[in-house]
Amino acid sequence: MKKLGILLVLAGLVAQAHADEVKVAVAANFAAPMQKIAQAFETASGHKAVVSVGSTGSIYAQIRNGAPFEVFLAADDETPAKLESEGAGVKGSRFTYAVGKLALWSATPGLVDAKGEVLRQGNFRKLAIANPKTAPYGAAGVEVMRKLGLADALAPRIVQGESIAQAWQFVSTGNAELGFVALSQIWQDGALKGGSAWIVPESDYTPIRQDAILLAKGEGKPAAQALMGFLKGDAARAVIQSYGYAH
Amino acid sequence: MALEAQDWAAVWLTLKLAATVTVLLLCVGTPLAWWLARTRSRLRGVVSALVAMPLVLPPTVLGFYLLVLMGPNGPVGGLTQALGLGLLPFTFQGLVLGSLIYSMPFVVQPIQNAIEAIGARPLEVAATLRARPWDSFWTVVVPLARPGFLTAAVLGFAHTVGEFGVVLMIGGNIPGQTRVVSVQIFDRVEAFEYAHAHWLAGSMVAFSFLVLLILYTVNPDARRRAA
Amino acid sequence: MSPTALELRVRHRLPGFELDVDLTLPARGVSVLFGHSGSGKTTLLRCVAGLERAASARIAVHGEVWQDEHGGFVPAWQRPLGYVFQEASLFAHLDVRRNLAYGMRRALGRADAGEIEAMAERFGIAALLARRPDKLSGGERQRVAIARALLTRPRLLLMDEPLSALDAARKQEILPYLERLHDALEIPVLYVTHQIEEAARLADHLVLMEQGRVRAVGPLEEALARVDLPLAQDHEAGVVLRARVEAHEPDWHLTRLGFAGGTLHVSQRALEAGAPVRVRVLARDVSVMLEDSAASSIQNRFACTVAGISAATDPAHALVSLEASGTRLFARVTRRAVTQLGLAPGMAVWAQVKAVALLD
Repeated sequence: MKKLGILLVLAGLVAQAHADEVKVAVAANFAAPMQKIAQAFETASGHKAVVSVGSTGSIYAQIRNGAPFEVFLAADDETPAKLESEGAGVKGSRFTYAVGKLALWSATPGLVDAKGEVLRQGNFRKLAIANPKTAPYGAAGVEVMRKLGLADALAPRIVQGESIAQAWQFVSTGNAELGFVALSQIWQDGALKGGSAWIVPESDYTPIRQDAILLAKGEGKPAAQALMGFLKGDAARAVIQSYGYAH
Repeated sequence: MALEAQDWAAVWLTLKLAATVTVLLLCVGTPLAWWLARTRSRLRGVVSALVAMPLVLPPTVLGFYLLVLMGPNGPVGGLTQALGLGLLPFTFQGLVLGSLIYSMPFVVQPIQNAIEAIGARPLEVAATLRARPWDSFWTVVVPLARPGFLTAAVLGFAHTVGEFGVVLMIGGNIPGQTRVVSVQIFDRVEAFEYAHAHWLAGSMVAFSFLVLLILYTVNPDARRRAA
Repeated sequence: MSPTALELRVRHRLPGFELDVDLTLPARGVSVLFGHSGSGKTTLLRCVAGLERAASARIAVHGEVWQDEHGGFVPAWQRPLGYVFQEASLFAHLDVRRNLAYGMRRALGRADAGEIEAMAERFGIAALLARRPDKLSGGERQRVAIARALLTRPRLLLMDEPLSALDAARKQEILPYLERLHDALEIPVLYVTHQIEEAARLADHLVLMEQGRVRAVGPLEEALARVDLPLAQDHEAGVVLRARVEAHEPDWHLTRLGFAGGTLHVSQRALEAGAPVRVRVLARDVSVMLEDSAASSIQNRFACTVAGISAATDPAHALVSLEASGTRLFARVTRRAVTQLGLAPGMAVWAQVKAVALLD
């Protein structure tokens, strides 16, 4: 038995020597699709993707302070650009891997109508958004309310999550009846997972471009290069679209 | 000074929250500490474990369950709605409740240790000198356990000031209501406003150091009692 | 028989120990609960005080019932008693004056400064009123504790080995206060100790306890003179005699005492002729001779009859009971001496007493 155990451990070490590892930092809204992509990537390339999830701001601060990430999938396009200009990202490696869609969502079926009239009718107590100062989806939500001329009227009802994940949590637990969330959070395989939602027309807010960048620590690493390539491929695209992102 | 009005609002709110929580915890924690120090009940272990849970649980776990429990579909939420109090998440009262639970061990344990250190004898002496139990509590236990109470109050206050995870989960970041200093620092960092973040964070460091310095200077055996 | 003041019927079970006591004790004087540790004397005292609630008990003091068989239980803080604990039990956060006032204020509804100072004077602690307990010696602390208990005007004083935490010198410092207390106090005292010397000096009444039960109870002199009790086996075993001052012999600095069986000389004391005194004679200080011999330096000698010979725990020794005109005395001698002198009950012998301790 003991010998067998040692053999298995050795086999594991050998297998690891072949396969490289890539450390990926992912914005919270893209956590679920990234899990699927990572699995597909492992099967296709034999490399292993180790995924860390966080808010774009925190990941930025961590990268600037020596975090070992090799690839970064941000929730916006500004942060990767900033990293590139600061020399923490590889020049020319940036690309938009997904365009986020904003949705007004309620966990209660039927509460949100297909046109978002619920915002005007106001039969709700709290409206959750992500912090507009730090989260692109939060900023987009504010933009939509302004466009509807409701920004001031709704201000007292707004509760902020620190990330879009938290905004979703406030709504899903019922503590906020409504919330602006990422479509990717409530969408799977081309359909709404539950509750009721208004998919906000893309013309009502600045497109939420989510950019990926190869970080300095990943430069020249085959596994990191491979992942950047895989994200542009059809397999990844299919996953991304199934979660309600545009491409 | 690099602090703006919203930073000061967060500071003021934090102090108000910590003061409220400390006073309430001394009221709730003292009888609880007394019971834990004196009882021979089999429930003692269970209650001790529950009180100490926030020491080991990530605040986010606590915050998440509070959010669920206090929400419209949770039992606590159902109760507060039935009582006409509305829902607690995203309110100052909700933060107070969350902080009560989160800071509980920091108040209960020093008091409990102090009461245990006093032992039963002074109370027996007081009884043979005709002091009623309530009388002996105020005239014997409180004065003898004073260092424990002081430690409890300071740690309860300081720990509430330093709380982040629970507030983040149930606060909703509402200025003047639930946006406390720790959240404000997080926002400043997230928004790349590092200068403001430094001022606030630096003040927190200085505050914590001062509080502990005072505690250990005024009350040298606080460390032992808090342990 | 003096009027019964204390009715103590207590049954209490603790892990590995059972207390089963049925006692009635007199209204005045010191009753010493004597026994080894674990004999239940402290538990009994705590039950009387109400610090421990006996499973089944009837405790009545001067006719006032503190606990009865029907579940009636007066809490400790409602019982008019004074309790002196083994170790210092002063409130560390209060100075001596406030310690003294603590019980008085609660018992009498006032803390009279004059009364407190008078009591402090009586116990030699008047100069210490402003001090904190941690600035007092062990003996001073215990005197404060006794004074504090007495200031509540208790109807019963309970003392749980009040001297056991003190060294010999401190004990000697406090014993005179206790002896004075013994003479002046109108209320009954229950005094727990395992020191035979303390019992002999303070007790009027002795309750011998063994494994949670009362082995013997009676006036001190009787209890000490019983050879069947384990008291007789103690290294400090001995009897207490009642005597009277007969005369002083100033040339020799001696005082002559007379008792039923003869006379004894002790170092001169400032006592009036005719005054009653109690003296303690230890078994190890008594030797036996077949005939009187003026050739001895020991002058306290008197004629006795051998009443009995019993074994001692030490196999080399025997305990000889002597009778001198109705007064019982013990002599501890070697078994070899018993055989060589041919001692047997009924024999007329002489007792020679090496040392005598005057108790009052």
